[in-house]
Amino acid sequence: MPDQNATQRPFIRDGKPAEDRWLLIRDAEAELPASTPAIVPLARWQALEGSAELAPWLASDTELTPELAEQLAAAPLIAIDFPRFTDGRGYSLARLLRERYGFDGEIRAIGDVLVDQAFFLTRCGFNALSLREDQWLEDALHALNAFSRAYQPAVDVSEPLFRQRMREAVKRAEPALA
Amino acid sequence: MYRYDTHDQTLVNERVAQFRDQMNRYLAGRISDEEFLPLRVQNGLYVQRYAPMLRIAIPYGMLASYQLRKLGDLARDYDRGYGHFTTRTNLQLNWPKLETVPDMLAELASVQMHAIQTSGNDIRNTSTDQFAGISEDEEVDPRPWCELIRQWSTFHPEFTYLPRKFKIAVTGAAEDRAAIQVHDVGLRLWRDDKGEVRVKVLAGGGLGRTPMIGEVVRDDLPWQHLLTYLEALVRVYNQFGRRDNKFKARIKILVKALGVEEFRRRVDAEWAHLKDGPQTLTREAVEAMQSHFIDPERRAIGEEAIAQFERLRGENRAFARFVTNNVHGHKVPGYKAVTLSLKRKGHSPGDLTWEQMHQVADLADEFSYGEIRVTHEQNLVLADVAVDRLEELWHRLEELGLANPTVGTLADLICCPGGDYCALANAKSIPVAQAIQERFEDIDYLYDLGPLDLNISGCMNACGHHHVGHIGILGVDKKGEEWYQISLGGAQGNDSSLGKILGPSFDRESVPDVIDKVLQVYVGERAEGETFIETYRRIGLKPFKERVYA
Repeated sequence: MPDQNATQRPFIRDGKPAEDRWLLIRDAEAELPASTPAIVPLARWQALEGSAELAPWLASDTELTPELAEQLAAAPLIAIDFPRFTDGRGYSLARLLRERYGFDGEIRAIGDVLVDQAFFLTRCGFNALSLREDQWLEDALHALNAFSRAYQPAVDVSEPLFRQRMREAVKRAEPALA
Repeated sequence: MYRYDTHDQTLVNERVAQFRDQMNRYLAGRISDEEFLPLRVQNGLYVQRYAPMLRIAIPYGMLASYQLRKLGDLARDYDRGYGHFTTRTNLQLNWPKLETVPDMLAELASVQMHAIQTSGNDIRNTSTDQFAGISEDEEVDPRPWCELIRQWSTFHPEFTYLPRKFKIAVTGAAEDRAAIQVHDVGLRLWRDDKGEVRVKVLAGGGLGRTPMIGEVVRDDLPWQHLLTYLEALVRVYNQFGRRDNKFKARIKILVKALGVEEFRRRVDAEWAHLKDGPQTLTREAVEAMQSHFIDPERRAIGEEAIAQFERLRGENRAFARFVTNNVHGHKVPGYKAVTLSLKRKGHSPGDLTWEQMHQVADLADEFSYGEIRVTHEQNLVLADVAVDRLEELWHRLEELGLANPTVGTLADLICCPGGDYCALANAKSIPVAQAIQERFEDIDYLYDLGPLDLNISGCMNACGHHHVGHIGILGVDKKGEEWYQISLGGAQGNDSSLGKILGPSFDRESVPDVIDKVLQVYVGERAEGETFIETYRRIGLKPFKERVYA
């Protein structure tokens, strides 16, 4: 059995509320739906490889080897599970998929995904958030804009603030030179 | 001092707005207690034994006078009129109201301060040498590097939910005054033969339940790579640190389990991808940061003034005591760093009233270019005092009760808030500190005992650093009663060591007697000129044990 009806969970894709067609199947043994695309455990996805209607979800302790990353490149989307919102491993997984392995499809956060994680999740490369059922969609949309800048580069920003400051300093100096 | 630009100011302002919104949603029941917890502690807000507590960040211990004045205002307006300086060089206010914390954070933001990441499983406030930038034995001023680390670690999107808290300490001096060997990461800055800054990186040190001395992960990291290397190291910890047991979740357990070679291999493998990436530091960026920490334009002090100071020191015994114990050398002749003792009988160690905060801020403006440092021994430092004004400053400090000439002695003990405030504590620590200060108040005896670190923690979390005290006292709970375990032989600094437990624990009333016996053994056994720790290292635990449990 799917663990919940996907439509009950507030869903955000690319910063906007969105419809979610994908059914999340947590159980490795559960029957697959005939007509709905489904997100299935990684091992199962690996066994059934090749369907555009199937996507894998990664447990937070997944070790992302180059071999695994190569397989995942073919996935229509990759979900990363947060068994508890305090489990921070998924942030590293998403950054590695984006920054090291260049995955440019959808990366979605599933599981214990809360409003106040939305900002950092997005910075780390999650473009889709399947929030826990009790979370408020409008709060999450608001939280996406918590900060207007960042000290560190991540998936959203390519340079650290110290480099941006250097460019700004040069710019400020230019009129004086002219 | 680092001064915020519009980017820094915008970020702290946005943080205040974010937390105000989170608090409103919490009070409206849209966030559960359990889920609000990490949000509030990442803003320094604890719910303690009797009341909330707000822990305010003092990045690497540096305060401007206007900031200390603001801290005094907050203690007066939002609390009960005093604050507590901690061993992480932060300030804790013990009685704020939960709902007013967003307003307090807004007040802090108005003086370029915050409470960001003073708790939580994230990268905490970086700490350093209280004599940074002025000490004679310094190779590299650590403050610009600390600020670079502060910025890198602030709101780090990947490292906000680490397995456990993560503390970094930095030193650039020959003598380690930042306790780098007992931090999750310790950094020693040094210069190679071309004059370029290199970084020795230690990992896996720490106190708490399982105290350990850090292992060297890298000896000679070139400065350009500091941030990419730290990012690789913390990423390895984030991915592989244990999350199944909070008592085994610190990085020291990972380093120990993997062995330092394997840990190093994993960090290097990760770093290979990040090295030379966008976070590689540039000379311009470092120089821009260094320009925040330039020397003040010090008035030149002539040789006559220096000679006059030495004469006075020879003539006035009380002044001489103060200078010997509370005054530290300075790289510029004619200047000194003065430690203000926050340890005095009848007061909790590290506490300061709001009036004293204002008065110290005034003294900083008058005597030390408007800057104050907080030490991890829970004292304050005015780091730039001309010797021709030292006597006047001494008198002024005496009036404030901050000139106790006992820095570095038994009376200068370190003590956590303990069971009087802290919800985690197994036992009270402040009454123990006070009983010891009362028992050993004879100044000549304190001087005779020489340099002695006595550190008290009210629980295993070791906020009072008891493992690295020459004498350590740990509060333990035995069937609902408060008992105290004594350890000997701990030390901080270049030659750090962890104390060994003396034996079965004692009730609170017995502690001063036990300390007395320990000191008697030292006095009886010491060789000429030998300090307590030297004697202990020579004779070991046994003679102390035999005397105490006789």
